[in-house]
Amino acid sequence: MTEVERHNYDVVVIGAGGAGLRAVIEARQRGLSVAVVCKSLFGKAHTVMAEGGCAASMGNANSHDNWQVHFRDTMRGGKFLNNWRMAELHAKEAPDRVWELETYGALFDRTPDGRISQRNFGGHTYPRLAHVGDRTGLELIRTMQQKIVSLQQEDYRRYGDYEAKLRVFAECTVTELIKEDGHIAGAFGYWRESGRFVLFETPAVVLATGGIGKSFKVTSNSWEYTGDGHALALRAGAGLINMEFVQFHPTGMVWPPSVKGILVTEGVRGDGGVLKNAEGERFMFRYIPDVFKGQYADSEEEADRWYSDQEGNRRTPDLLPRDEVARAINTEVKEGRGSEHGGMFLDIASRLPTEEIRKRLPSMYHQFRELADVDITAEPMEVGPTCHYVMGGIEVDPDTAAATVPGIFAAGECSGGMHGSNRLGGNSLSDLLVFGRRAGLGAAEYVESLGARPSVPDAEVTAAAKRALAPFDGPEDGTSAENPYTLHTELQQTMNELVGIIRKADEIEKAIDKLAEIRSRIRGVTVEGNRQYNPGWHLAVDLRNMLLVSECVARAALRRTESRGGHTRDDYPQLDAQWRNRLLVCQTTGDEPVPEVDVEAREQQPMRADLLELFELSELEKYYTEDELAGHPERTA
Amino acid sequence: MAYQAKLRVWRGDATAGELQDFEVEANEGEVVLDLIHRLQATQAPDLAVRWNCKAGKCGSCSAEVNGKPKLLCMTRMSTFAEDEVISVTPMRTFPVIRDLVTDVSYNYTKAREIPAFTPPEGLEPGEYRMQQVDVERSQEFRKCIECFLCQDTCHVIRDHEENKESFAGPRFLMRVAELEMHPLDAGDRVEAAQSAHGLGYCNITKCCTEVCPEGIQITDNALIPMKERVADRRYDPIVWLGNKIFKRNGA
Ligand SMILES: Cc1cc2nc3c(=O)[nH]c(=O)nc-3n(C[C@H](O)[C@H](O)[C@H](O)COP(=O)(O)OP(=O)(O)OC[C@H]3O[C@@H](n4cnc5c(N)ncnc54)[C@H](O)[C@@H]3O)c2cc1C
Ligand code: SF4
Ligand code: SF4
Ligand code: FES
Repeated sequence: MTEVERHNYDVVVIGAGGAGLRAVIEARQRGLSVAVVCKSLFGKAHTVMAEGGCAASMGNANSHDNWQVHFRDTMRGGKFLNNWRMAELHAKEAPDRVWELETYGALFDRTPDGRISQRNFGGHTYPRLAHVGDRTGLELIRTMQQKIVSLQQEDYRRYGDYEAKLRVFAECTVTELIKEDGHIAGAFGYWRESGRFVLFETPAVVLATGGIGKSFKVTSNSWEYTGDGHALALRAGAGLINMEFVQFHPTGMVWPPSVKGILVTEGVRGDGGVLKNAEGERFMFRYIPDVFKGQYADSEEEADRWYSDQEGNRRTPDLLPRDEVARAINTEVKEGRGSEHGGMFLDIASRLPTEEIRKRLPSMYHQFRELADVDITAEPMEVGPTCHYVMGGIEVDPDTAAATVPGIFAAGECSGGMHGSNRLGGNSLSDLLVFGRRAGLGAAEYVESLGARPSVPDAEVTAAAKRALAPFDGPEDGTSAENPYTLHTELQQTMNELVGIIRKADEIEKAIDKLAEIRSRIRGVTVEGNRQYNPGWHLAVDLRNMLLVSECVARAALRRTESRGGHTRDDYPQLDAQWRNRLLVCQTTGDEPVPEVDVEAREQQPMRADLLELFELSELEKYYTEDELAGHPERTA
Repeated sequence: MAYQAKLRVWRGDATAGELQDFEVEANEGEVVLDLIHRLQATQAPDLAVRWNCKAGKCGSCSAEVNGKPKLLCMTRMSTFAEDEVISVTPMRTFPVIRDLVTDVSYNYTKAREIPAFTPPEGLEPGEYRMQQVDVERSQEFRKCIECFLCQDTCHVIRDHEENKESFAGPRFLMRVAELEMHPLDAGDRVEAAQSAHGLGYCNITKCCTEVCPEGIQITDNALIPMKERVADRRYDPIVWLGNKIFKRNGA
């Protein structure tokens, strides 16, 4: 039998970003024993990098804001494909979740009357993002990390052991979920440090593993974003939805090459920065799409007035939802109006005094000065699109965050539905808090309702260990040895070039062929060295997940013959109302580490009437089919 | 513009190790971490290094470059001459796990010993009111990315394993100061700073401040003010007694 360290918990949370930590807090406060597992050190998850802020309609900066406005903005941003129940819960609960952080010790920037300050962001009608300069994610993660420490301190006082009921397993990677009779029974993984195996026996796992950006070459995401949660869920039998929707953030760094893709926060535009092409033109005015006509300023003068007077003016098109801005930049560059390094200019220097820039955007100032020798208080930044966020993810029940497999819960970026076809900036951090909490609760209730707990079959453990160690065995018969770094580069290149920001049927098909080739070569992946902290081996294991989610993205992208949000088809450039309510669900069959992906179309539940009535009929007509609107009160009246 | 850079990287584990010389391509604008990654991809696939954000935001890639505590992702190659041999070694204050990766658990242990934020009584969520000027002091400390470079450089523990037990280090003494200066924290932290977390060991050399990649004025803004509060408290028995009584009533 394989040597494995065993642990037993009520709930195991996989991922220590915002979603995971909030789930841990909730489940522990319900009295359960909880483990949290993460690939990096504690406190280093992706959430730490979030800059701009966390959206919640507290109404501190503009008292007209409320959950209904936030809900409407979110649905518009996602082009009405969002799971409306998730968008509703999110808009309603976000303020409470932010205020709660203050009771854990968070220190957000303040308004003059001492409340939490809120800033403008793309697609949000009012200033809505709670923030701390441009390091909001750091504040969120540190606050929750410290809350977890405080729960451990309570346990210490009670049981004499900090880890009596809540333990962090840092630098530990989960590679398999184990089931018994269709129910989750455990999770299997390895310690990165020693390479030794660990088994968590648990009836409930919360997946909070974040995104998939490492499948793309130009990305704002770190090495952790290999789609592990997506792949774990698929292989355990759960479905992924909306995988064709990948967000390319319009403003990543483009120069020098080594920093290409690193994010430039939307807060730059929220605070007054504007986009210009190489001719010095503020080109965004030419790119207001029909569905947003009338909601955005059509002259520079009006746009500039809007920053100080939001009642009398419409917002600047620099702050259109991200998909629109990213496409606009792409077009400008293609048509020859790009900067020297193939980007656009983002100018804050001529818009705000030096002092103000350094105060509001300290980490952008630092980042450009240190990494690009650019002083953003004196010169414009060069920016271009970068793969940033995946809207697609594990299909969950909106209220409980339960996936379709009993015992799996999911929250945060690895779950799907909330953001529809495109996420608004700032809506992720709030999503983490709202649904992280709900997942913790959902898991707790599930565990409490269970009679007997499923047990982990030994054979599964042996098989899991064998799969994890395969890269040390050398190439399988009939394959030749492959270097994981080389295969990874080829995968990234393929996705970036063929299933990137603008897509076409023949290119996607080419990508699918290339992925098939990588699939056959992946069995030959061979690593050197031993199991102790071996990044080559870690990559070899993660690579399977990247390939699996890439297949989901490519296959779903081929199926959706329209353009919407984070999915743009050159050969089907229009929004198609027939597609609006249709979800593409990815599932897999077989027990392989990289099983075959199957895509199926399915209708979503129509929006509840009271929510639908929050929109003007004239707006809905831009998105909905005639049949769908037949029952609308404005029609029937 | 590309050239072959000379890197001397420490490789080994807890039992033994040595510096190994490599030649590796360097391109315009690159940082030391880019070269370490290129080494992994081309010559040393199992070279262990931590990193996440590659933009100085997560504090994972801490190591020593030419003996100086640095973030590898923020150390530009252009700061070295092309023919210079650049040494990259793990942080010295923490036990090596492998290559550039060290066991930083000391820091997490210390973090846990500092009593958490104590919410004020009678304020519900949403009722917190604080002025920007008042939160700014603690906000400066909350910029900390927990790279632990200040801990690495502080002479109290750098070559003195024996002091680790009773000294929280600049990062966590600063955490005490952060809570002490939080406008709404209800805890009293002055006495414990000295007695439990070892503030007395610090002789304000400012080495921690010098290496902090976030430019936090650890010594001037956190450690010295805490020392002053400790001194005031100790020399002013009335204040001290008053606090004691207040604490007892509050409990
Ligand atoms: C540069 C940048 C800036 C951003 N700015 C904003 C912003 O201003 N506002 C906003 O709302 N959103 C922003 N976002 C998006 C937002 O930060 C992320 O979507 C969000 O933080 C994801 O949180 P999460 O909890 O889902 O996952 P993460 O924080 O990414 O955490 C994932 C966790 O899962 C762990 N994990 C993964 N796989 C495994 C495995 N196999 N085994 C064990 N553990 C595993 C990881 O180690 C990690 O702890 C930004 C994103 C980036 C990249
Ligand atoms: S100032 Fe104090 S804490 Fe900082 S390095 Fe010197 S002795 Fe250590
Ligand atoms: S205070 Fe500065 S040097 Fe110390 S851990 Fe924090 S960021 Fe790093
Ligand atoms: S990799 Fe995040 S600080 Fe260097």
